[in-house]
Amino acid sequence: MGTAIAERTEVLRTEAPPQVPEPGLWTNAAKSLRRHWQLYLLIIPPLLYFILFKYVPMVNAVIAFKDYNVVQGVWGSKWVGTKYFEQFFQNPVFWTLLRNTLFLSVYSLLASYPIPIILALLLNEVRGAVFKKSVQLVTYAPYFISIVVLVSIINLLLAPRTGIVSQALVGLGLPPIDFLGSGDIFPSLYVWSGVWQGTGYAAVIYLAALAGVDPSLYEAARVDGASRLQKIINIDLPSILPAALIILILSVGSLMAVGFEKVFLLQNPLNQSSSEVIQTYVYKVGLLNANFSFATAIGLFNSAINLILLLAVNTIAKRTANTSLF
Amino acid sequence: MAVITAKTNTRIRESGGDRIFLIAVYTLLTLVLLAVLYPLIYVLSSSLSSPLAVSSGLVKLWPVDVTLRGYQVALENPQIVTGYVNSLFYSVAGALISLTLTIAIAYPLSRKSFFGRNVIMLFILITMLFSGGLIPTYLVVKDLGMLNTRWAILIPQAIAVWQVIIARTFFQLSIPDELEEAAQLDGSSDLRFLWSVVLPLSKPIIAVLLLMYAVGQWNSYFDALLYLRNPDLFPLQIVLRNLVILNTVSSGSMDPTLLAQRQEMADLLKYSLIVIASLPVLILYPFVQRFFVQGTLIGSVKG
Repeated sequence: MGTAIAERTEVLRTEAPPQVPEPGLWTNAAKSLRRHWQLYLLIIPPLLYFILFKYVPMVNAVIAFKDYNVVQGVWGSKWVGTKYFEQFFQNPVFWTLLRNTLFLSVYSLLASYPIPIILALLLNEVRGAVFKKSVQLVTYAPYFISIVVLVSIINLLLAPRTGIVSQALVGLGLPPIDFLGSGDIFPSLYVWSGVWQGTGYAAVIYLAALAGVDPSLYEAARVDGASRLQKIINIDLPSILPAALIILILSVGSLMAVGFEKVFLLQNPLNQSSSEVIQTYVYKVGLLNANFSFATAIGLFNSAINLILLLAVNTIAKRTANTSLF
Repeated sequence: MAVITAKTNTRIRESGGDRIFLIAVYTLLTLVLLAVLYPLIYVLSSSLSSPLAVSSGLVKLWPVDVTLRGYQVALENPQIVTGYVNSLFYSVAGALISLTLTIAIAYPLSRKSFFGRNVIMLFILITMLFSGGLIPTYLVVKDLGMLNTRWAILIPQAIAVWQVIIARTFFQLSIPDELEEAAQLDGSSDLRFLWSVVLPLSKPIIAVLLLMYAVGQWNSYFDALLYLRNPDLFPLQIVLRNLVILNTVSSGSMDPTLLAQRQEMADLLKYSLIVIASLPVLILYPFVQRFFVQGTLIGSVKG
């Protein structure tokens, strides 16, 4: 106890006025450290994890401005400024990649953002608990299927000759369609398989918001003779609006982060005209052609755009709807 | 999953318009149900049908000439068996490692008296907003000598920030600071308190984290694609990708009879393999779904 007080006065005397805004800060730190030293030890491994696998890569990303080679390492390699960025922007492939990336993500947003809301609103109208539970259980299930399995199923069901869909088309007297080998169909394949997989999962948040609606609102609406549709528009929609806005911010903020793993699996030389996105290109240039600096520059460009989008949407939402992530 | 029937189960006379509206709702939802269910049933039925029925497209909804041949062949394939064992290992070991690390950071950050908690929280939240990218991360894994080892699957993605948020929120809500202060007055150390009081009280969140991490590991393929070259280390998802999506057969290590068998069974094998690869998760699913929903909702309390 005696030492604690001594230390406290000492800290106050030596450090307090200019640097530390709150005089109690370092005392609190010392007290917390002494009291929770075991927790500080405990937190070291996870912090190391974040430093090693999240922050060191951020620092490593300087190779975007260098001519990285394995022998000289990240810091030994020569600085080249924005050479690789210029190379990327001047490359004709740049516009193709940007167009494909934005098209896929905007299309995806337009489909997979409203559909879960509609599903939740419809489910909320259902009175039979069994039917409601079954629909929820079934629509939620595909979320647990891996992307590899999803793409495998797509491959088998939509195979040009043997797939059940093509057989059905032929049975109806229509020509079979090569779904997987077409640049025109690829975006729809990507988006609607995503809707199939993610809608039930995404609806959970909205269902929870709807569960929290005050029942007296519905009572009042009924007394006023409101129809079901009017109740949805005047009670249900406003009550899921906050959740919907947050999810919209998150979705727009990750526009550039298309579901790379799925695009990569669905991609083949035939549909490449619309399936080559920034991240698949990074993978090819970087790991397959070992052009590390160029690939890192492209990746950095992608991350930066993403961050800017997120901050912009967040600010807009804050100003207009008073909702924001941070 | 909280089902909200209370507000609507009072018998009320529906107006004509409302009745039409309800019919439309039920019809739409039934269509949705069928659209989601059909591909799953089709794959399952195909996997249980005879090779001939599958390759000649006789399967429409239910299995034709029911047989387990597809599964038999799949389980005789050394690649698939190795992949299965590897995936089990990655899921169990990965979930345990991830759980330990997540609790090790989420619990301290949930204590009000833990100095620096906000700064550290910010430190990890930033990683959600910005990342160094694919190549720089690859270089770290390479420099650590993890390439082509099991560690590359278990460690680089070990902590998900989202799960830290979920766990921290849970601890904040269910372990009051007063309880911890009282324990301290009784002379209990932080670690002892964590071990003998907090963890026993946190079984639901431990279940959520374990399941989320295990399912994540089971379903992931991309890290394996990036970091692994040795086929003996491949998880099942990579085997599945090679056999079904890339349609390649590595014939080197396979005996000729098996190869011939595969030729005629190729399609059937694909269906069986898909079922095998999703079975563990889908069997658990009805039981764990509740936990996942809870987890998602806890996380969104403070998103």
